[in-house]
Amino acid sequence: MTKLKSAGELETLRKQITGKRDPNKAVVTVCNGTGCHAHGCLAVTAAFRDEIAKKKLTAKVDVRATGCHGFCERGPLVVIQPQGIFYQRVRVKDVPEILSETVARGNPVERLLYTDRASGRKITQEHDVPFYKLQKRLVFGNNGAIDPTSIEDYIAVGGYAALAKALGMKPEAIIAEVKKAGLRGRGGGGFPTADKWRSTRDAAGDIKYVICNADEGDPGAYMDRSLAEGNPHSFLEGMIIGAYAIGAHEGYVYIRNEYPLAVRHVAAAIEAAEKLGLLGQNILGSGFDFSIRIQRGGGAFICGESTALMASLEGKVGEPRAKYIHTSEQGLWGRPTNLNNVETWANVPIIINNGADWYAKIGTAGSKGTKIFSLVGNIVNTGLVEVPMGITLREIIFDLGGGIPKGRAFKAVQTGGPSGGVIPESLLDLTVDFDELTKAGSMMGSGGMIVMDDKACMVDVAKYFVTFLEGESCGKCLPCREGLQQMKAILTRITEGKGKPGDLALLEELAATLQAASLCALGQQAPNPVLSTLRHFRAEYEAHIKNKKCPAGVCKLGAAKKK
Amino acid sequence: MAPEEQKAKVNQVLKKHQRDKARLVDILQDIQAAIGYLPQKALEEASRGLDVPLSRVYSVATFFKAFSLTPRGRYLINVCMGTACHVRGADKVLESIEKELRIKTGQTTKDLRFTLETVNCVGACALGPMVIVGEDYHGEMTPEGVTAVLKEYN
Repeated sequence: MTKLKSAGELETLRKQITGKRDPNKAVVTVCNGTGCHAHGCLAVTAAFRDEIAKKKLTAKVDVRATGCHGFCERGPLVVIQPQGIFYQRVRVKDVPEILSETVARGNPVERLLYTDRASGRKITQEHDVPFYKLQKRLVFGNNGAIDPTSIEDYIAVGGYAALAKALGMKPEAIIAEVKKAGLRGRGGGGFPTADKWRSTRDAAGDIKYVICNADEGDPGAYMDRSLAEGNPHSFLEGMIIGAYAIGAHEGYVYIRNEYPLAVRHVAAAIEAAEKLGLLGQNILGSGFDFSIRIQRGGGAFICGESTALMASLEGKVGEPRAKYIHTSEQGLWGRPTNLNNVETWANVPIIINNGADWYAKIGTAGSKGTKIFSLVGNIVNTGLVEVPMGITLREIIFDLGGGIPKGRAFKAVQTGGPSGGVIPESLLDLTVDFDELTKAGSMMGSGGMIVMDDKACMVDVAKYFVTFLEGESCGKCLPCREGLQQMKAILTRITEGKGKPGDLALLEELAATLQAASLCALGQQAPNPVLSTLRHFRAEYEAHIKNKKCPAGVCKLGAAKKK
Repeated sequence: MAPEEQKAKVNQVLKKHQRDKARLVDILQDIQAAIGYLPQKALEEASRGLDVPLSRVYSVATFFKAFSLTPRGRYLINVCMGTACHVRGADKVLESIEKELRIKTGQTTKDLRFTLETVNCVGACALGPMVIVGEDYHGEMTPEGVTAVLKEYN
């Protein structure tokens, strides 16, 4: 492939690609995300290819291994195009029938269709399934349509058009557009993206960096993995646009090594973009140079923190530093550096393509656009959902998520990862928005949403997160290092039936110290799981301490007594 | 693996990364992939080859969870302890594997077949509790189901 030298050449290539494709040709798309891998999608994909070759149908039917469709609960997922017939829990033995019935004759195979739990009705089309119906899949939409290892697929659905448009704009105009759109960082803080870009652009110095944080560390959150794996060009395109707006010529993708498929797909995407002249020197003939390198993380939660991540990029231990000077002034190698996460970068091309006014119509006054959540735990429809900001928690959990399985009752939902908090049933009508969740004592975080039924013990949940954070604390500052150890010790003794009357006050005192005195956000936000469970479920703590009882029946208080 | 062979592997990795000290984390990942763990000699060789003090190489090698300074088994078992797996009983699955293999988390079986580790989330939450052996994902694990899965790796 030769390098594209102008926006016009990109459009010509796009026409060539789409012109070669027959929109009426049958395509079997098989979700090949990590979730479906665990369901055995590779064997199903191979079975389709074998069967099609055996029946000499190669000219009539394409097989496409796509990115994650999000409905992990029902994998492996298969969608037959052009009709859009949606099959779930597909096994290798179902393959011949799908080909002979659906692909050849257009008849759906009843038993593989999704059954709506409420009405008992079989649903044929993907977009009619309640799980998808309430979603607004701006960022995530193409995941299920394209082969993430094919740049042609991405270009065919309009990929890199935003980059071509942006390169024709003044950098300041791009920043103004992102500002007007109201985009806020999807990684946790919710900081206005354009303000970060602006200060990095304005910072003194010729050498600047942009970084994509793909070190998604919150347990139970996997939207960035899914995007990096399922549509890597979408966030790379955002990064190139951002680099141009900021004036950076080098970029890094810092990605978790626990996501091997994502690492492979991002590496392949960078290579393909370089070959087409969408990365490298003189991008699309604009004179703008930008290159991206991947760095794999070493499995440290703290490296999701910007300064720790940058230390690790410099080949050092991933310890954070105090941020008296922002990374937008002095970040990687002491140069101005702008860091955003995968989902934030992936929103950028959408804003450039559709305009800020269009984008700002979605969401609430303070939180614009959509947010991807990973809906996990005790929930009927586990998976990734992309919803407009402003939807209520109740709608997400009960309408999209299908409620709590096994007829049990909802108890709480934990949002924001280890730094977030729990939200009880009384607050389920809360609208999802950066500021509302913070007011409730939790936070948006990266978008993990862990639903818990009445069998979950809130003291145990707090202990789980504190134990997690104690293990992941880098140990550099004392409040976090020692404070978390003490909190863990207190929570452990409460769950063992050895809690003392003053324990709750002590937990609150320790929490206040961590919030006030920790060096970085890990320590400052570490008390959230404890404080929010105390705020909403104090009686449960008291039952453990005073009555030596775990109301949910999780903690073995008696067992500890016998020892 | 003989020390000379380890040295050769280290130098291959260093060459691949153009002896760029900034890539220390990546370099250690690749050395570990090539040798199976990070033996002392390999770290010394990396320190020399990159002109980075051995103390710094060690601090990075011991800071990150991904690295092991002791030999690991042929199959690495990772039990996901992410929140979704936790609420579905991952701790009982882990306990059951510890019992079955007679090792604790972080240890390796005497026959060097298995090393048992935990991971904080692999993003396959729909299938929790999740156990990853080598590159295979085993979903919806139960304490009772562990034996059958481990038998596949003889």
